[in-house]
Amino acid sequence: MYRPGRILAWSAGLTALLVAVVIVSAALGPVRIDPVTVSLAALNMLQVPTGLEWRVTTAFPISGSLRYPGLRYAPVFAFDVPETSQTIVGDVRLPRIALAATVGFGLAAAGTVMQGFFRNPLADPSIIGVSTGAAAGAVAAIAFPALVPFGGLHLSAFVGALLTAFAVYAIATEGGRTPVATLLLAGVAVQAFLGAMISYMLVHSGENLRQAVIWMMGHLHASNWVDVQFALPFALVGVGLLAAFTRDMNVLLLGETEASQLGVDVERTKLILLVIATIVTAAGVAVAGVIGFVGLVVPHMMRLIVGPDHRILLPTSALAGASFLVLTDTIARAGPAEVPVGIVTAALGAPFFLFLLKKREVHAV
Amino acid sequence: MSEQRDIQDHAHDPLVTVEAVDLAYDSLTVLEEVSFAIDRGSFVGLIGPNGAGKTSLVHALAGGRAPAVSGRITVDGQAMQALSARASSRLVSVVPQDTALSFSFPVRRIVEMGRHPHRSRFSPPSSDDQALVDRALERTRTAQFADRSIDEISGGERQRVLFARALAQDTPLMLLDEPTASLDINHQIETLELARDLTADGRTIVAAIHDLELAARYCDRLILLANGTVQADGEPESVLTAPALEDAFDAETVVGRNPVTGRPTVTAVSTGEREAQASRLSDRSVHVIGGGAGGATVLERVATTGAKTSVGPVSSDSIVTQRAQTLPSECLTTEPFAPVSDALRRAVLERCQNADVVIVADAVVTAGNQLLFEELDPEMEMVIVETTPFSRRNFAGTGATETYRSIRERAVEATPAGVVDAVERCCIGASGKSTRESSDRSPPETTTDD
Repeated sequence: MYRPGRILAWSAGLTALLVAVVIVSAALGPVRIDPVTVSLAALNMLQVPTGLEWRVTTAFPISGSLRYPGLRYAPVFAFDVPETSQTIVGDVRLPRIALAATVGFGLAAAGTVMQGFFRNPLADPSIIGVSTGAAAGAVAAIAFPALVPFGGLHLSAFVGALLTAFAVYAIATEGGRTPVATLLLAGVAVQAFLGAMISYMLVHSGENLRQAVIWMMGHLHASNWVDVQFALPFALVGVGLLAAFTRDMNVLLLGETEASQLGVDVERTKLILLVIATIVTAAGVAVAGVIGFVGLVVPHMMRLIVGPDHRILLPTSALAGASFLVLTDTIARAGPAEVPVGIVTAALGAPFFLFLLKKREVHAV
Repeated sequence: MSEQRDIQDHAHDPLVTVEAVDLAYDSLTVLEEVSFAIDRGSFVGLIGPNGAGKTSLVHALAGGRAPAVSGRITVDGQAMQALSARASSRLVSVVPQDTALSFSFPVRRIVEMGRHPHRSRFSPPSSDDQALVDRALERTRTAQFADRSIDEISGGERQRVLFARALAQDTPLMLLDEPTASLDINHQIETLELARDLTADGRTIVAAIHDLELAARYCDRLILLANGTVQADGEPESVLTAPALEDAFDAETVVGRNPVTGRPTVTAVSTGEREAQASRLSDRSVHVIGGGAGGATVLERVATTGAKTSVGPVSSDSIVTQRAQTLPSECLTTEPFAPVSDALRRAVLERCQNADVVIVADAVVTAGNQLLFEELDPEMEMVIVETTPFSRRNFAGTGATETYRSIRERAVEATPAGVVDAVERCCIGASGKSTRESSDRSPPETTTDD
């Protein structure tokens, strides 16, 4: 009836693939480092909590310095690795790779949920305007730093994403019901409106134009461990929560009336799925910009391989999404001139998607 | 313990009660003032024209949020509209007409979804869940393709899978929403027979059914929805009458009886056909001898052609008598099981004498009516309709066989469907003759030896 063995086997295999991709990616770059050194340097980065300590906020300078309790960490391993290699792997490449993995993990999982939720093969994590909302927040913060009260770019993008999703949901809801078709159309209309706002801000962004455009293309350069610390909890907790609803998602594929007759509280479940998927997407987009196609192509790819059952599709899509984004980001930064990763995912993802489409592999959710 | 007692206390209550229910989508009211109760173990058909509210009623009975329900619907004593989706789906399962399934879930996974309302979010399926799924797969004969994908099997097989899913849901009430609409005739029968078997096990089934004849054949009771409310409610024979159907469907119908199943048949006729038919035998008169289903069918067919009809002798509790009341037809009746009295025999012979054509339709010959057949005028225009062999209708001995054979030799033979044509032929053939020879007709006494 329920085959946890199959789910575990696939998850373990894809986790191993992710580890392999991470090691290869960390070895590549202007300075080649051999995989063994990379592995040891990466293990040196592993830390375990050893106690509590007071921290001071740096990620969100809301009130200057805010003290909060946090865990104190200590390294587990101390392998002998050349200092330059340790710095390149630990401080430059790994944070970027970890962020790529985190964002890919979250976007692919959110895309799986949205495609099932909308029963629409074209749905992706940003279908109700999350990415456009994040872009609007980010561009506002970049173009008019003075207008955004709390200067943080990530927070501005995150808040923009959540506000947009909330607005779309509120517009589409009437009398306690939120028809998915209305949600889809409201998403399209709000995105068009925000697109106009973004264009206006870009026109008036002056010297910040380049930074804004690069942000909107999706980027992972200059990532640091703070970004990872911000995005990773949302991705892990969010996907964990979504995993609890995979059986409901399967039943929802039958349509709302049938799902309700099979015991699914349709409106409540839709709201929960939408809120979690939106937060996961927003957290990823806030730190990495608009990265397209991961959330669209990866779930389709995995559906071809493991089938439409969300109990196995969700975890495998998330893991495959992590590998996919690490891989594409490696290509983005390893070339002669670094390009925003969003360009690579779309440049690789779109032809692949068209290939699936022509082979009639992708026709329905 | 107390729960156990409660169940016993309620075992004889109706499973479903619908009290003064109105159903509406926004401001559009679909049904008004609907009230009925459904006993445990019954198979109830919801019939009515498109848009009469059959599917809306099914959704309301399942506890859905649309249409809006005012009034009270209870299943097993619980007010459906107040229950959560999870609680209501433990009481009521629905077999939809078809499903949005267009993806490759294996059949078994779909059937397992029937256990969804019974399972907690985190625990793995219990052995009960497993057993119910297996039993549902076997009962619906879907086990042999349990591992195939739902999008690779035929429409009839899909319907059975949806049935299996509802079975696995293991609810006291099962609703079928047009379960046969997209199926071939063999699958229609298969589906409804499965449903009927389930009611034999004590499950209660309510089915919205388009096909009136199938509904009449399988359901214990029909509820006719039309014109925004319950138009008729009761046994199929009492609900499916030409006037009730004409009112509900706004179409002329001919209600007959299926010679094989003995259940009502309904044929819709267009106004043109009806008028053409209606004038075919107008100002002719026909007398029908014969009781039972065959007699009723023939009487109805002839009566709808505009002919002046009479029927008899028939028992006052026969279907023919019931049917004659819905038609403009005179009925000469006896008390049940009583022999035909001399006065009645004379009255019948007089009708035969005055009629243009006499139809002998599957007549049963008994010691009580044997004399009538012997006294029939051999010169009369006669049509004979037989769907069961005479030997099974003869309770009067070999003498009657002889009499019957002589009637058959003189009469025109016809099938139930062809009876009107046969009557028409007799009338044309007799048109000159009947006026010319009427004076020559001998009194019946002289034609028989007795």
